[in-house]
Amino acid sequence: MTQRKRPSNTLRLSQSKRQSNSVMTQEEDEDVTFTQPSSSQVQRGLEKLTPAQVDQKTAEVVQYILVKDQKKIPVRRAELVKNIVKDYRTVYPEIIKRAKRIFEQVFGLKLVEIDPKNHMYILVNNLDTPAAAASPVKCPSNPKTGLLFVILSVIFMKGGIVRENQIWNTLKKLRVDPGQRHEEFGDVRKVVTEEFVRQRYLEYTRIPHTEPIEYEFRWGHRADMEVSKAQILEFMGQLHEQDPRSWSQQYREAHTGSSSSQNASSSQTSSHASTSRK
Amino acid sequence: MSRQLGDHHRRFLQTMMTIGITSEKEAKTLYQHCCETHKTQCAPDRLEEFIEAINSRLQPMFMQIRKGMSEEDGQQHYALVNTAETDITRMTSDYADNELELFRKIMDLIVSSENGKASSTDILNSADMMTSKKLKKGETQQLLLRLVQDKWLCESQGEYNLSTRCIIEMEPYIRAMYQDQVKVCHICHNMAFQCQICENPSCGIKIHNPCVARYFKGRMEPHCPACDDFWPHEIPEVRELHSLSKR
Repeated sequence: MTQRKRPSNTLRLSQSKRQSNSVMTQEEDEDVTFTQPSSSQVQRGLEKLTPAQVDQKTAEVVQYILVKDQKKIPVRRAELVKNIVKDYRTVYPEIIKRAKRIFEQVFGLKLVEIDPKNHMYILVNNLDTPAAAASPVKCPSNPKTGLLFVILSVIFMKGGIVRENQIWNTLKKLRVDPGQRHEEFGDVRKVVTEEFVRQRYLEYTRIPHTEPIEYEFRWGHRADMEVSKAQILEFMGQLHEQDPRSWSQQYREAHTGSSSSQNASSSQTSSHASTSRK
Repeated sequence: MSRQLGDHHRRFLQTMMTIGITSEKEAKTLYQHCCETHKTQCAPDRLEEFIEAINSRLQPMFMQIRKGMSEEDGQQHYALVNTAETDITRMTSDYADNELELFRKIMDLIVSSENGKASSTDILNSADMMTSKKLKKGETQQLLLRLVQDKWLCESQGEYNLSTRCIIEMEPYIRAMYQDQVKVCHICHNMAFQCQICENPSCGIKIHNPCVARYFKGRMEPHCPACDDFWPHEIPEVRELHSLSKR
């Protein structure tokens, strides 16, 4: 499960500051004012710049996205424009196009826009991984990956949406109590409902018209891109000593990729939710 | 010249992004693994060339896989480093300003020390003299823990030294910042932190511990390679075959 990771440091200090609501709102406002330049505008913009200038800006964008991706937090277009692209905004489409090419050609990663409305990007692994190839180099793995995998499995096996209580009950059976501080995960409830949600592994939404208020979980965008349903089914099969094909509906979904767009290869990336984020 | 990369290059780079640093021996194994995985021909003695190809495409992104020696065991290592001093590099995004200030103070202590180490007491004291927002004692201890976890520092018995990754990555910075203070190993000419020093006051050359081991191996009476005075320090054992000698 451990394959790709990025520069291995991960601390959320500056990150958590960035997450504060006021900043988010401000960035959303920014995004409204940022209109995608037309192709003729881009063309004219490029004529005013030297190729070296555009390359330099592209490199900055690549590095910025890599650094942000260490913490698995999606990068917003507004934030990218405001912090890095700045005066180059007229050639923004060209810069993003080049950045995408570099991620694919150099890093074997794919820059994906997960939310076309709010313009958010994440990086996913773009390399095919033959199943047999375990890396000879030990990569530090994140204990939270296991927790996430269990939750995604429950959601998938229950048809895609699960009430919050069902998740907590499953975790309790595994001796992970959301009400208690866990040795490895810390505040479990917070990890699940905030961290995994922020990283877009999970969606956590209120169920309308319930009293008292109830929430439900779904797979997030990143999970769709990175986690292989076939692999989850394989895992469930081993757990229950049952042929994965006996869950016919799940099997069909896992192997036609109806709602998931990715194949088994990208499941590798799911594991790298970075190391020292504790 | 920048070259076209294959998936074997990309996989190698992705693993480097995960682990940050690896020994030359491990790098060779990894190189082989990447070639096998992607059914590419592998020439085990051409690791340098393979990494050069990756670097040709990485350097425009202010990154590089750089080679350097570990002061612990004298082995060659490869580290993925940032080459840009911009505000978006790894450290600045992971640490707050006052934490970076303390890290610079720790570097000061280490560079000016005889043995390349700083004690936790000295670090706690220098935390009291910070100009930016002061760190409390507990916060300083937490920060030290994180710096060790993130492989910037190593700790042993309450003393901290710069990790191999940190030395490789920070070399240009340290050489620029501490021009007059930085010591260089008389044998390998790399920067030297943990080393032995010639006790002849008019000589005073430095040699890394693993370089000492290799240089004096099999000599009856060790003498300083510069001033020929008696070398009074204990000569450590050579740890494992040095990979440089094969090249």
